[in-house]
Order: sequence, then C-alpha cells, then structure tokens
Amino acid sequence: MEVETAVCAKLFRGETEQVRKVIEIKKEKGNEVKGGNYMLDQSYYQKTDEIIEHYGRKAASLIPIMQDIQAEYRYLPGELLTYVAKEIGVKEAKAYSVATFYENFSFEPKGKYVIKVCDGTACHVRKSMPVKEALMKELGLSNKKHTTDDMLFTVETVSCLGACGLAPTLTVNDEVHPKMTPEKAIELLNELRGESV
Amino acid sequence: MSHMIIDGRKVEFTDEKNVLSVIRKAGINIPTLCYHSELSTFGACRLCTVEDDRGKMFASCSEEPRDGMVIHTNSGRIRKYRKLIVELLLAAHCRDCTTCVKSGECVLQELAHRLGVENVRFQNTREQRELDLSSPSLVRDPNKCILCGNCVRACEELQGIGALGFAFRGTEAMVMPAFDRKISTTDCVNCGQCRVFCPTGAISIRTNMDEVWEALADPNVRVVAQVAPAVRVAVGDHYGLTKGKSVMGKIVNALHLMGFDEVYDTSFSADLTIMEESAEFLDRIKKGEKLPLLTSCCPAWVKFVTDQYKDYIPNLSTCRSPQGMLSAVIKEYFRDPEHAKGKKTVMVSIMPCTAKKAEAVRPNSFTKGEQDTDIVITTTELLRMIDNFGIKFSLLEPEACDMPFGFGSGGGVIFGVTGGVTEAVLRRLTKDHSKEAMHEIAESGVRGDEGIKEFSVDYQGTEIKICVASGLANARKVMDQVKNGEKEYHLIEIMACRRGCIMGGGQPTRAGDRTKSLRAKGLYNADNTTIIKKSDENPLVQELYAGLLKGKEHELLHNESYE
Repeated sequence: MEVETAVCAKLFRGETEQVRKVIEIKKEKGNEVKGGNYMLDQSYYQKTDEIIEHYGRKAASLIPIMQDIQAEYRYLPGELLTYVAKEIGVKEAKAYSVATFYENFSFEPKGKYVIKVCDGTACHVRKSMPVKEALMKELGLSNKKHTTDDMLFTVETVSCLGACGLAPTLTVNDEVHPKMTPEKAIELLNELRGESV
Repeated sequence: MSHMIIDGRKVEFTDEKNVLSVIRKAGINIPTLCYHSELSTFGACRLCTVEDDRGKMFASCSEEPRDGMVIHTNSGRIRKYRKLIVELLLAAHCRDCTTCVKSGECVLQELAHRLGVENVRFQNTREQRELDLSSPSLVRDPNKCILCGNCVRACEELQGIGALGFAFRGTEAMVMPAFDRKISTTDCVNCGQCRVFCPTGAISIRTNMDEVWEALADPNVRVVAQVAPAVRVAVGDHYGLTKGKSVMGKIVNALHLMGFDEVYDTSFSADLTIMEESAEFLDRIKKGEKLPLLTSCCPAWVKFVTDQYKDYIPNLSTCRSPQGMLSAVIKEYFRDPEHAKGKKTVMVSIMPCTAKKAEAVRPNSFTKGEQDTDIVITTTELLRMIDNFGIKFSLLEPEACDMPFGFGSGGGVIFGVTGGVTEAVLRRLTKDHSKEAMHEIAESGVRGDEGIKEFSVDYQGTEIKICVASGLANARKVMDQVKNGEKEYHLIEIMACRRGCIMGGGQPTRAGDRTKSLRAKGLYNADNTTIIKKSDENPLVQELYAGLLKGKEHELLHNESYE
C-alpha cells in the first residue's frame, strides 16, 4: 500500500484545486482517525465464533450477533464487526451501515458504569440537562468524550426511559435512579466510586 | 391491453415495471435522481412523485401500474413539492458549481434550472468534510453527496464489490466505506461505475489533464499518445456528430493540433495481446494446466482476482493489457538514442477507464523498474482538453495515426466491447480466412450484451468451452461456479464494466440504452470497414516481432507476477 501511495504521489504531483482544498480542511480539523484500530485478543474471536455459530451464517443474523457481542463486551469492537461481516457473507460497508444506523451500537469501549440520563420531554422540563451537565463537569467529559479515562464511567443521554412519573431519571447499568438533582447525581458518583474501590 | 390516463391522455401499457416507465413512455420526462433501470428501485429522491385523481401522492418509481389509473404529473401541489425537494437538496449541497468538475453534466444542476429553483432559502448546516484523494482513479467529495444511493447500489448490485455504504441516519446520514476508511484501502477495484451513476460531483474522475498540458508545453519532451478502441465511439455525440460512430480520425487530428508528437492506436497492441494470449492459451490447453485461462486486459478485473480470488491468480493470463504492451514497446523503441533524438518520451494513454490510472502505477506492470505509461487520461478528460483548447471538433478533417504503431486489425478494435477479446482470439486460432469463417465466429454466441454468455467452439477436434461475462457481479457468479466445480471452462473473458469498455468508468456519462447499443455497433462497424480482420495478419505486428520484439517478448509483453 505504501509503495502504491508513493508512486501515486509521484504521478499526481500537480497540486490541483482539489488537493489544495483538502489540505486546508486538514489544517482546520487536524487528522482524526475513526474506527477500531486496537489489537484484539484471540479470545474475542473465539467468543465471536461461538455467537456466529449460535445464530447461523446468514445475513439475517447480523443484528442479533452484534447485540450479543455488545452484551459481552459492553461495546462492539470494530474488528469484530469486520470479522462477522466476512464470516456471514455481508459486505463490510453494509454491516457498518447497520451498526451506525442504530444508536444502541457503540464502537467506543464503555466504562464500568454506563449512566444514561433521560432527556425525554418529561425529564427535560424537570431539568434533566443540569443533571447531565453536573455529571459531565464532575467527570471531565464533553459532548465528544463520553467515557472517563479510567474506564469507570460513561455518560449518555437517552430519549425516554419510560419512567416519566419519576422525572428526571437516570439509569446506572439499567438500575433506575428517580427524581435526580445535580447534587444527588454527584453523591451517586461518589457512592459508585467507593463501591469500585 | 391495460391503460391509464396520464395528464388527461390515454396511455396503454403492458409489462412496465412501474408507473414511472409508463409516464416516460408517454413522452413526459419526469425528473429523477435515484432511479436507474439497471439498479434496484430505491425511492429516495421523491422527485418522481405524482398525484392520482383522489389527491394521493406517491413516488411513481415504486408504484406498480394498474389498469384505469388516473395520474397527474404536473399538478400545482406536485410542482410545488418537486421544487421544494430540489431546494432542500441544494441547501445541503456544496454549490461551487462554477468550479465543479461535473458542471454541465450534473443532474442536480440541470434539475435546479429546469424546475426553476432560483433561490435557496435555507442555510447549509452540514459540516464540511474532507475529500478522499487516496485513489489514483477516483475522487470522493462527500460535500457534494445528495444521498441518492446510486453509487452504493452500483457497487453492490452491478459490481458485487460493496465498497461503499450508507452510515449513520437522519440528518447525519452519509455515504462512505466501512469505518470511513479511505477508498484505496477497501475492496474498490477503481472501475468507476460509482462515478458513472453519481448524478452530482460527489464521485468524480481523478483528473490528470494538467500533467498532460505541462508535458505538451515542454520542448524537450516528446509526447506520445495511444488511443483505446472504446474512446473513438464515445466522443462524437458530445460534438453533435452521429452517436456511436467512430471518430478516430478526428481524434488523431485534435491530438496533433494540441501538440502531441505522435499518436498511436491501442488496437495495434490489442493485436499483440491476441498473439501472446492465443499462444499462451494453446500452450495451456496442450499442457492441460492453469485452466481456465482468465483474460488480463481489464485492470479492475485483475485487481478483483488478486484481492478476492487469490487461488486463481496463476490462471490469469500473464499478458499485459494492451495499454501496458504499447507503452512498453514505445518506451523500448525510444530507448534507442537514434530514435530518441535527445528528447525525453512521455507516454499519455487515453482510455475509457478509470482503473487504467491505477494499472499504470502498479509496480508489477513496470519494465526495467520504470513506469511505462506516464499519464492516463479518460475519454471525459480528453473531451475537456479538446474544449479547453477551443478546437471545433466537428469541423476537423480525419487524420491517420502515426507509424510504426498506428494500425490495428479489426480484431484489435473490437476489444472495447464485451466478447471482443474472445472473438479476436478465435479469429487468431482459425486457419480459415474466409468471410464465412469470420461470420461463423461472430455468430458463435460471442456477441450480444447479456451479462454472462456461454458457448463452445471446436478447435482441431477438441471442444473449447468459453465463458464471456461483463460486470463484476456476473464475474463473481462465474468464478463461484468454477470454484464449486459446477462449471468448467477453458477460457473466461471478463470485463469489469457491463457491456465492456464502451461503458467504462471514464466514458462520458448519462448514456441511455440507445447510446449503449450504438457504441457497440460503432466498434463492430469499425471492424467491418477494416481490411485486416485477424491480429496475426497485421503487417505491423509481424514486422515488430521480427525486429524490436525479438528476444524481448516476455520482458515487454508479460507481467512478471501479480503479487
């Protein structure tokens, strides 16, 4: 690949308008790399093989397989998606298209505690956003960074948890915490931190 | 006979697959962006929406025709919504039309004009995205994508590659390879069919015209051109000349006018390919090894085999493509200081194909470690260069190619259409020179635009089974059957693009059914008017084998390996 790129560079030495444009965009944005590029342990593939065997090598198995992988590792490693696509005979781009269509699938590893702050209508009007902001501030997270560096917490918003009577609510790994306030949220964080020590 | 009422007129229909086809048959060119008869129906753009007599609106591409339907294609509501759709598409679209490569051929641009969108009220809130310049053949500009999905379906359905897909959804939806990788790191074979089906400039040819102008302006450089067979039948209609008619003579004149020192015909090296490939084929038949022989003139197909059917790499013919052969021979010719006359030679190849750009820089196609073909431009780029220079193409007098590589036999010319390579090989193999024998070969099943053609011929008492396929999705079918042992062939000819090079990824786009068949007809007509039909009878070929090529056949005409 490297050889090819080098030769291409030689062949296309003329800096066309398009090239200039991309250089400008690159300068503005910096070079970001997406998708999983970590090395995975062999055990991940063995587990994936088991899951694939369970659902069968057919295109229709794609979603249940991805769900099981995510249930196992709390996220969907990109390499496993590539692997599954190849094994069940689906094009990688198609599998990626399905995985990104559903909000539920995540290519980013998630923390030990996944906190989902509800931002449905009822929670929103009862001030769920200040709760989320307090959590993010406390954990040093942003709209682009959802998981703490120590892999302890992930903070996300969801559209409705179906517990509108208890608004504003959040869940920690599927356990519901009702009637939250920013103060209660910080308390909860401290409790969870204590628990994990 | 069923009928429906379209805009107050009675229209009969039979087996049309959707209301859209009936409307178009009735003579109303309803606008579409995502509908192509060769691709599956997608229903994404909604521009073909029509209204029935009850006021129900529906996309005509996705509706089956029913007897007694009453359709309005241009009611007030329809006109309003259709215009709004285009306005919304334009709102999220890079609107640098004046400097866009697609300008003048862009369907979106044309529709905006046609539907009278003179003002876009909405702001573009889409984030500016980086261009993908990783491929030597194609450029992907996501900012011009309108999400019609044509490229996704062309890649998946026609080519069976599936390098592109949709990602994310709603306002965040985008077309990209898996994990937003660069296109050169995917299974993409550079065939350019995505670019053919793209209605805007979101996928375009990686152009190399500037390099050609630079070489032409340099007095110390000898610029040599070679023109592929399929180019000559796709240029004329751009200048109002007869569709599909070969205008090779005018192209040669135009190239000379632009300053090319020498212009040669790639059909000449197609003849060399036939000589080498026939010999290779007979050798393999005799030894009974490495069969079926897979043709190697299509670089997208070669990449497809080397990427996805690695077990069959030894079956690929070791012959270089006609582009590779001619460039190697010409470069060798000018290695002689007597011929070079102190000038550097730059080889420009004019091809109907985007994958040829990638082939030229493939290190295993080099001679003595040097790149033989310096610059590849496509037919589309040739048209732009002719326009750029200001040549009144239709008024040009035809000129002949230069010598000594300027003549190809009829067998070399038909390389540009699916089945052509095989037909030329069969002509080479027969000892019979009569008109009847040529006719018999033409009627053997080798011609026609079906995706997969199977037939067998008799060679000295042996039955030779042949398969000719075009479109890589068809190639995959054939290869899987061969792999499973369901089918057995001696020779498989594959062209990555449906119908062969005449419909290549570098050809002028928006070719309808008529253009497709006329381009094929144009090449067969060019063959009919050539005196010499068989590659081995081309006197220039014989001369070359006796002279320059002596002892260098393998070095100049074959690939060392495909690894």
